[in-house]
Amino acid sequence: MDQARIRNFSIIAHIDHGKSTLADRILELTEAVSAREMREQLLDSMELERERGITIKAQAVRVTWKGHELNLIDTPGHVDFTYEVSRSLQACEGALLVVDAAQGIEAQTLANAYLAIENGLEIVPVANKIDLPAADPDGTAVEVADLLGDDPARVLRISAKTGDGVGDVLDAIVERMPAPAGDPESSARALVFDSSYDQYRGVVAFVRVADGTLSTREALRTMATGTRFDAEELGFFSPAMTPVERLSVGEVGYVVTGLKDVSRLRVGDTLTSVRRPADEALPGYKDVKPMVFAGLFPTDSDDYPELRDALERLKLNDAALMYEPETSNALGFGFRCGFLGLLHMEIVRERLEREFDLDLLVTAPNVAYRVKEKNGDWIEVHNPSEFPREVEEVEEPYVAASIIVPKEHVGAVMELNNERRGTFGRLEYLSPERVHLTHELPLAEIVLDYYDQLKSRTRGYASFDYDLAGFKPGNLVRVDVLVGGEPVDALSLIVHRDFAYDRGRLLVDKLREEIPRQMFDIAIQAAIGSRVIARETVKAKRKDVLAKCYGGDISRKRKLLEKQKAGKRRMKQVGAVEVPQEAFLAVLNIGQGQRS
Amino acid sequence: MSRPARHLYVHLPFCAHRCGYCDFVTVVGRSGQHAAYVDALLRELELERGLLAGELETVFLGGGTPTFTALPDLLRLLEALPAAEEVTVEANPETVTPGLARALRGAGVTRISLGAQTFRQRLLDVLERVARPDDVRSALRHLRDAGFDNISLDLIYGIPGQSASDLEADLDDALVLAPEHLSCYELEAKPGTRFTHAWGTELARQADAMEDYFERVVARLTGSGYRWYETANFCRVDTDGRDLRARHNLAYWLGRDYLGLGIGAVSTVENRRWRNAPRLGRYLEALAAGRPPEREVERLDPGVQARERVMLGLRLDEPLPLAGLRPALDAEGLARAEQLGLAVDGGQTLALTRRGRFLGGGVTAEILA
Repeated sequence: MDQARIRNFSIIAHIDHGKSTLADRILELTEAVSAREMREQLLDSMELERERGITIKAQAVRVTWKGHELNLIDTPGHVDFTYEVSRSLQACEGALLVVDAAQGIEAQTLANAYLAIENGLEIVPVANKIDLPAADPDGTAVEVADLLGDDPARVLRISAKTGDGVGDVLDAIVERMPAPAGDPESSARALVFDSSYDQYRGVVAFVRVADGTLSTREALRTMATGTRFDAEELGFFSPAMTPVERLSVGEVGYVVTGLKDVSRLRVGDTLTSVRRPADEALPGYKDVKPMVFAGLFPTDSDDYPELRDALERLKLNDAALMYEPETSNALGFGFRCGFLGLLHMEIVRERLEREFDLDLLVTAPNVAYRVKEKNGDWIEVHNPSEFPREVEEVEEPYVAASIIVPKEHVGAVMELNNERRGTFGRLEYLSPERVHLTHELPLAEIVLDYYDQLKSRTRGYASFDYDLAGFKPGNLVRVDVLVGGEPVDALSLIVHRDFAYDRGRLLVDKLREEIPRQMFDIAIQAAIGSRVIARETVKAKRKDVLAKCYGGDISRKRKLLEKQKAGKRRMKQVGAVEVPQEAFLAVLNIGQGQRS
Repeated sequence: MSRPARHLYVHLPFCAHRCGYCDFVTVVGRSGQHAAYVDALLRELELERGLLAGELETVFLGGGTPTFTALPDLLRLLEALPAAEEVTVEANPETVTPGLARALRGAGVTRISLGAQTFRQRLLDVLERVARPDDVRSALRHLRDAGFDNISLDLIYGIPGQSASDLEADLDDALVLAPEHLSCYELEAKPGTRFTHAWGTELARQADAMEDYFERVVARLTGSGYRWYETANFCRVDTDGRDLRARHNLAYWLGRDYLGLGIGAVSTVENRRWRNAPRLGRYLEALAAGRPPEREVERLDPGVQARERVMLGLRLDEPLPLAGLRPALDAEGLARAEQLGLAVDGGQTLALTRRGRFLGGGVTAEILA
């Protein structure tokens, strides 16, 4: 295809503002799929994505419109995947900014819109859902135009649902967005903006050719990680996989690599030809490392092999997921897993439960710590229960947080960040209404409930993004929890010394609520080393009988006892104490009352 | 050849009023159908007679309110039932007249179980009981006058609004009447019932205050010469050596076979248990046509039978003989229960300690495999 007739674009939209529906209509209108083939919302292929209204794995679909080749590149839409989004946007020259005309601009759209602007993309604004009675297309157009410094008249008004105006969107893509730049003659460089794993064909890379041409069966190399492979097949999605002999400058498509390990082909890396390599990789590659860790345990210990197999399979498709075996005295055998962030963790957990039918117990997340031991060695700790009781120094990861918020919520954000040991950076007005704030915060302070707090204190208007900003010293201590005198490793936590008493107290209170009364008194303690900082008691039960049992209800009473027995089996045994699985989530839930 | 059952239960579902907390199979009023129902019972008896031994140990007429059944029909039924060493009839205090007492005695009834529940008028109102406190006392007098020397009182504790002193007063009032037997139940507010809807919040509020009522009941009754022979049942220990335990109910707790007649009645014979459907109309129809009523049948495999033996046996104060029951036990759970001083594994027998009996449900769940 003539480079001048190619358009590569993404759709940026808040959840539920109609991204998937618009994508479907585009496919229909360009006859990429017949109506009969049309599955609702084709692009979101994973069941989970559809239910959560988010897109996890990007895909790219090629359609033709009036003699042009249009590549629609899908992007994930959450803060955990900022890096992936930025790579997807790097593969585009333009983006559709879709805003629900009944809702107006929402916070989540902004981060990605700014990301698109930063990447130099041509933005085509679209007011969607104009068929809704509550829609305000004109008001929305003004708002969007203000944001972009554009003319409200250039904001397209459409209904993806009815198909009204979708043709204008395609025309605007062709007319307003630039064709890809790039030198067709120079050495090949292709950006890997996503990948997926196919059990028969290995890793499939999604690429955007920036310079030169890739050919089938050509020997290729990744420039950052140095992985070599032959391009077994090249092609594009239409949306079915359609093989081609070559992908040339400006084009978007896939490369079947035959690689069996997704971690050898990282998003953001550059593919080049082995025979005629490029000198310089495309900019922006980062080695994404998990910074949030949690223990995953099967609720039924017999499911351990299934959990191991499931993690292996997820890992094939998710280079950012890390895991290693972990043994807990309370929870048995499981895995310590590393994630990009909380949503990533949540998605992995849900996929394990849904696609692999596993019942899981997930411990409270923590971050990676660097600890200098008494002997002067530095170690990295991913699990509070491995945190040495005596340390010389501790360092914890920090993030540079960027928050965009309407000006009336600035105070609330500053307050929250102060509570979370944040250091104020700068404040700038993006518009008379909208403020951009930066803070440096310990990552540990945002992994628990920061995002929820930010949302609730700003009525959902805050848009939040962060970048890792290295390790810094922290005055941190390990708090252990003892139930019936036995330490419960899965409940240990690392906390700033100033918060240790409050957190210990809250945790002990919460556990007292969660642990049911049993046949003896149960002491619940929080301790720093051997010093107890909080204590509660769950009093022994004084009665527990089935009042009546006669000939008429023996079966029912037997079933009640069997149910009670099954309930006991689901509990985790800590010494003689039966601890319900829910109690292990107590650490997760102490955030709310934490410092408010 | 199946071993015949020596215990017969007959269900008489009719009541003047359905009390809010009641979860038995009951039918309000329908005096026109009492005769037909007794006919049906007798037909069901004929159909199942092969399951019964020639000589029965016990017969129990439960309800409902058996004494609310039209007297001629009740007497006709008693006359037609096989004789037994213990024949118990449940009665509501307000239904017991001198005439009824004499008639029951004359019809061979040996034991009366009287639903007193409480002696506080205010609490009777909460329970929606028809009887007044004095009805209980006069019922007792009429029954004694008619010659009954084995009378049980039912008491309920944990009633919304019942203070500890209310409970103590109820126990006083019951003990003054010197019943041979007492059944004391904690009020069960079943989720979804009218009663729970009305009183659930109040009960939850009082839960802590009522926590020791069970202990109070046991302490008071055992301190007054009664034997705590089953989780919720107490019998007077008489110097003449009479065993005043409820023989019929004891048969359930010892895992004996029994035949049940009437709507909602359950029978257990060897490895089969069946429950008659609880619908009056369908029951009358089936038996009028000479067919057995609709039934729900449950097979009891040896594992289930063993678990039931443990569950029921541990309700009693006598150690449970363990012959053949070990596979029904969870060795680890049993060891934990012993360590906590709740159970004693005697090798041949298993018994709960006194504290173990207060926690009998939880301990049994712990011990059962």
